[in-house]
Amino acid sequence: MKCSRQELPDMAAKLRAHVIRMIAEAGSGHPGGSLSATEIVTSLYFHVMNYDPKKPNMPDRDRFIMSKGHACPVLYAAMAEAGFFPTEDLLTLRKLGSPLQGHPDKVRLPGLEASTGSLGQGLSIGIGAAMAARLDGKDYKTYVLLGDGEIDEGQIWEAAMAAVHFKASNLIAFLDANQQQLDGWTKEIMNLEPLADKWVSFGWHVQDIDGHDFDQILKAIEQAEGEKTKPSMILCRTVKGKGVSFMEGEVGFHGKAPTDEEAKQALAEIEKR
Amino acid sequence: MDFKIGLATRDAYGKALAQLGASMEEIVVLDADLSKSTKTEVFGKEFPDRFFNVGIAEANMVGMAVGLASSGKIPFVSSFASFLMCKAFDQLRMGVAYSENNVKVVASHGGISLGQDGASQMAVEDLGLASLLPGFVVLCPADEPSTRDLVEVMACHQGPVYMRVGRPKMPIVHGGGSSRLRDGKDATIVACGWMVAPALEAADILAKEKGLDVRVLDAYCLKPLDRKAVQRAAEETGALVVAEEHLAGLGLGAHVARAVLETTPVPMEFVGLEDTYAESGDPDGLMEKYGLTAHDLMEKVLRVLQRKKTQAK
Repeated sequence: MKCSRQELPDMAAKLRAHVIRMIAEAGSGHPGGSLSATEIVTSLYFHVMNYDPKKPNMPDRDRFIMSKGHACPVLYAAMAEAGFFPTEDLLTLRKLGSPLQGHPDKVRLPGLEASTGSLGQGLSIGIGAAMAARLDGKDYKTYVLLGDGEIDEGQIWEAAMAAVHFKASNLIAFLDANQQQLDGWTKEIMNLEPLADKWVSFGWHVQDIDGHDFDQILKAIEQAEGEKTKPSMILCRTVKGKGVSFMEGEVGFHGKAPTDEEAKQALAEIEKR
Repeated sequence: MDFKIGLATRDAYGKALAQLGASMEEIVVLDADLSKSTKTEVFGKEFPDRFFNVGIAEANMVGMAVGLASSGKIPFVSSFASFLMCKAFDQLRMGVAYSENNVKVVASHGGISLGQDGASQMAVEDLGLASLLPGFVVLCPADEPSTRDLVEVMACHQGPVYMRVGRPKMPIVHGGGSSRLRDGKDATIVACGWMVAPALEAADILAKEKGLDVRVLDAYCLKPLDRKAVQRAAEETGALVVAEEHLAGLGLGAHVARAVLETTPVPMEFVGLEDTYAESGDPDGLMEKYGLTAHDLMEKVLRVLQRKKTQAK
């Protein structure tokens, strides 16, 4: 399902509301990193990517890998709105028997590209998918969403080297730089700034943008898709918990569900925006 | 015993893989800067487009294999068993086992028979670690012909497979495809990999010197184990010794013990390293020091026969 540029903010609000309802119903989950990534995921699923929810394994599909697996609520919300499964199923998140596992499980949920939840693995998987496209002469793209806490993992930098070495220009990564990880501010836990310089020095095509601005996101994706030799990193400056005043920049909502009262307030804010 | 000496199992792997690559275009191969040692370089020279040397980065290698597998390729990943299983265990767990991806892991330099490089390079836990991954088939072939055949079997099997191969040249123990290499009624030695030839040797000496009739099974497939053959051995011979170039009882031993306990409990003994790492040395000297020779096997057979006799009373 595609949206026009003008419809994207409404879709993002819809996904945010799903995220709040799902996590409140489950009683646990990670709202902060879902809300910071909402515009990125909305852009991909409703304006950019080629896929068919009725044929989730279609060989020519664009690939999306949610490497920061704990942000799966926003991905599930997007998949439901896109038609992979009914939106009612979103409220089964984290419940016994549900395909919507606490972290993505591709065996249980068709349409997921990778099972993630142990951080640091998605970029490598993305390179593999990108190499398969090259071997098969296909022009699908592979998109990987990383967290800025996640890139503490050494495997990320193994993959950063390899993607450039193998000239994976059909690989586009997003870094959801919401500046917070479980234990606190990234600059205090493990400071990786200057972020853009690091990726540039590894040989990536890097763009540094506002990760909540649809115009900037879409333009950056277009630029990245035009890149013919290097993998692309779209460094998205975001706010953790974006869209819900009492969650924004509040590290406590990295991995905590809102109470019923908080959920009501959050939904009212999202509605009113 | 006079064995004909064949190729090292790693060489048999490299050759077989390159041959198979011609007929199976989906096969891609990844190595982490050890392709000269794991022998995947043979494939790499033949099919450079389908060969990825990722540098010294095992976790990324397995991750890339996962991405290739989920787009329909059949990736073989190779490195030393110790590095692949220890450094990339999480990637194998999440991306291959849990995700049910069709990735083939062939790890060289399993066990201690690599010799001089010492304990950091020696995998004495790999068979146990691979067995801990749900859905994985675990293979440990003893010689060139069985390795060659198993490469094709694993490529055609849909699902994850682990195979251990080794550095030294190996005696050829297989005439045909059967895993029962020697029949017997007094006791059974169940062995894999390096330990199969010493098992045959021990059985031979026990026959000549003590008049004992010892059966030898080559359990080249640890998981799923040939439970029927093990059960039959327990029923018909009443005593088992399990031998592996690995921590004793924690690789093949665990699989055989479970099969025996669940069907026909009989006295069992285990040959392997006893809760220790090995060290640098020549392979034969190491086998002697760490108790992995035909002589050690004979002693364990005699001990298990003693227990069998005591139980019968």
